[in-house]
Amino acid sequence: MFLPFVLCLVPFLFAAGLLVTPVASRSWASFALYGVCLGVTCLLLAVGVLGLAAAGEGAPPQLMRLPLGLPGAGVGFRLDSLSAFFLIVVNFAASAASLFAIGYGRHEHAPGRVLPFYPVFLAGMNLVVVANDAYSFLFSWELMSVASWFLVIAHHRERENRRAGYVYLIMAAISTQALLITFGLLSDFGRVLDFEAIRTSPHAVDIARLAVLAAVIGTGAKAGLVPLHVWLPLAHPAAPSHVSGLMSGIMTKVAIYGLVRIVFDLLGPPEWTWGAGILFLGGITAVVGVLYALMQHDLKRLLAYHTVENIGIIAIGLGLALAFRANGFALGAALALTAALFHVLNHSLFKSLLFFGAGAVLTATGERDLERLGGLIRGMPVTAFCFLVGSAAISALPPLNGFVSEWLALQAILISPELPQWILKFLVPMVGAGLALSAALAAACFVKAFGIAFLGRARTVAAERAVETDRTSQAAMLILVAACVLAGLFPGMVVDALAPVVTMLVGSHLPVQSSNPWLTLVASTPERSSYNGLVLMVFIALSALLPALGIYGLASRKLRRAGAWDCGYPETSSATQYTAASFAQPIRRVFASVVFSASEQIDMPLPGDARPARLTLGMKDPVWTVLYRPLVETVNAAAAVVGRARTLSIRQHLSLVYAVLILLLVVLALWQ
Amino acid sequence: MPGQGLAFDVAHMLAGGMVTVSFMLLFQDRLFALIQFISLHALVLAMALAWQAYIQTAEHLYAAAALALMVKAVLIPVVLHRLVRRLRIERTVEVVVGVGVTMLFGICLVALSVVVMLPVAAKSPLMWEDLSFALAVVLLGLLIMITRRNAVGQIIGFLSVDNGMTLAAAGARGMPFLIELSIAFSALVALIVFVVSLSHIYKRFESADVQALDRFRGDTP
Repeated sequence: MFLPFVLCLVPFLFAAGLLVTPVASRSWASFALYGVCLGVTCLLLAVGVLGLAAAGEGAPPQLMRLPLGLPGAGVGFRLDSLSAFFLIVVNFAASAASLFAIGYGRHEHAPGRVLPFYPVFLAGMNLVVVANDAYSFLFSWELMSVASWFLVIAHHRERENRRAGYVYLIMAAISTQALLITFGLLSDFGRVLDFEAIRTSPHAVDIARLAVLAAVIGTGAKAGLVPLHVWLPLAHPAAPSHVSGLMSGIMTKVAIYGLVRIVFDLLGPPEWTWGAGILFLGGITAVVGVLYALMQHDLKRLLAYHTVENIGIIAIGLGLALAFRANGFALGAALALTAALFHVLNHSLFKSLLFFGAGAVLTATGERDLERLGGLIRGMPVTAFCFLVGSAAISALPPLNGFVSEWLALQAILISPELPQWILKFLVPMVGAGLALSAALAAACFVKAFGIAFLGRARTVAAERAVETDRTSQAAMLILVAACVLAGLFPGMVVDALAPVVTMLVGSHLPVQSSNPWLTLVASTPERSSYNGLVLMVFIALSALLPALGIYGLASRKLRRAGAWDCGYPETSSATQYTAASFAQPIRRVFASVVFSASEQIDMPLPGDARPARLTLGMKDPVWTVLYRPLVETVNAAAAVVGRARTLSIRQHLSLVYAVLILLLVVLALWQ
Repeated sequence: MPGQGLAFDVAHMLAGGMVTVSFMLLFQDRLFALIQFISLHALVLAMALAWQAYIQTAEHLYAAAALALMVKAVLIPVVLHRLVRRLRIERTVEVVVGVGVTMLFGICLVALSVVVMLPVAAKSPLMWEDLSFALAVVLLGLLIMITRRNAVGQIIGFLSVDNGMTLAAAGARGMPFLIELSIAFSALVALIVFVVSLSHIYKRFESADVQALDRFRGDTP
């Protein structure tokens, strides 16, 4: 009974996009539009919560069919626990983004290029998660892609953004093509488009494998699985910051929804090879994503690369869940899938938060480059606090939410030695090591991002003059901070809420957490694995508070202020501080010299030479050089060959057509 | 109404006759001779159509036969003849590939059309032979089109393709008269287009060789 509400609310978003178009340049248009979006997404969030609660009490999935779309077929919608969960993920972050944009949107210099597409983008994402046939799924998917493409090229005067839009368009097309193939294979070559029919019909082993491969390519290109991630660090920073938050925080999650829906729900019982493949890709993605992020000093691009890393973590959870389920380990599958879905929620919270923080910094200073920021904590204390909490959460520090989901994923990895296949026996520990490595590197990366941007002294005048962002933007960030903290302190409630989703997909769920004493989270058995965020929080608070009190209470009150030791150089330029590049140098030397073939060239002039000394860094992106450049060159070469046919004479054209005709006739003759 | 055996034997003789005339067209390298042979081609087509009309007792095919006789066997050759004389291009047609190779390839094409039409044979062997002859005529006509440099040669090739299609349409029972009529009409339109463009090509380049067009485009030096 909640599904009709979703289908009634979504048209309001379309109407808002349509109505705002003629008045987009008015000063009140942005306020009104984001207000409407905030209201609608809050209602959709409520529908999601009620839907998930109903599913938890055992309500069956709701189905609806509307006479739209293909003539005769109509479009189907379905609200089950998985859709309800993703409705919550999408609309919580979307309402926060709308609230943030009420303040942030005032700084937009081209509102006519952003306002009409923003609600359509939201509508597309909402429709994807309730679509129940291949046609409506692909239609909403494309709606989401096209609307977000318009948002990416909103500031189209910058050359970089146009390139980002171009690459994004190509990758989105590849994604949809691959999904089209997936549904073609699943639907018995287009005979049954309805998900209900696909779910009940059997699939041959080879067809199912091909379908999984195409689904991983199709959804992975949207979510940012390596090596299909190339558009993501270009496109996400190009959009306005609240849209970057949406694209990174929830559009990638909608892609994950597509993967879960196809692989866990539509295809039926999995094979362990699917799980191994997704696990492998996830491991690579997590490590490579964070290495990319470490090499970045553009704040928004750094965050976009972290999205790649977190998608890898989610994929690790999904791959493990498939491997466990294929081997009949119900609890392991439930644990891994809970970890993945929990991380979906977490990442949507803290990635939106961090992008909003980056947006606040961008409006205050006009800078995205870390090397030109610094000392912002004095001008922007609230933003700094929010960014710090987001950084701690994404770095998986307890007692915040990021820790819980990564801890659950590691718990799932720890019980994997019970898996029978030797490939998995080798692969899973390697992926586990990769997961631990990526968590550590992520922490290093956010120490860099927060430290260089907010601490130290201002490196530019703009950074020195930065003032705090407006109240609504602060409110949006503080709401997300609260959500991160609450999800970290009370993970048992989230795990219990996820139970119906996990039960629907893998047939079992984690033990009910609400009965555990002191809000403890128990993954399998209390002796083997349990975590209590509240106790940890109290411990951290006490262990920090007691020494502080002790120092202030017992130590001498005599305070002496003196200048810092300057190593004998009285130069106090802010350029003498640590930079982002110098902070990342040790890690760059260890990892990037192999992965990115990073090279350093030092040009040190002799004494007496007035030339400045230079350090030049060179890096190559292996994905571009190994995968995409040869691909582009092949396509260009093929186009050149075909292009030659354009200048043939009339008789040669005729001969060409004739030759094809004869060839087809020969094929026909041989075929019979 | 003659017996079934004789009726189809005569029909096949006429259709086979068209294939033979197509080979003559393929072999011939003089313009006037080509025009006479295309006239003969259309004459055989008219006879085949008339025979089909007789054995199928389909009156409208008589009209098609009369149309083929008047337009394709008389009108078009006369117009082409006058055109060639007016443009003074009665010299030898240059064949692009050697005649021997072209003929061998043509024989292969006939074999191919017989093989391609094999699935029809399962349903009705008579229809099979009819359709393979028609397909062979079409393919040979296309071959004539691409082996001639001269625009008149290409017109002749096009007309023989057209004749092959009419033959196929007549052989298939229940083909509406409208379609046959439109095929004949299209041949007329094509003739007009060809003649007009040929005159223009000749006026512009003082040659009916289509390679002059390539030189004009700047593709070949």
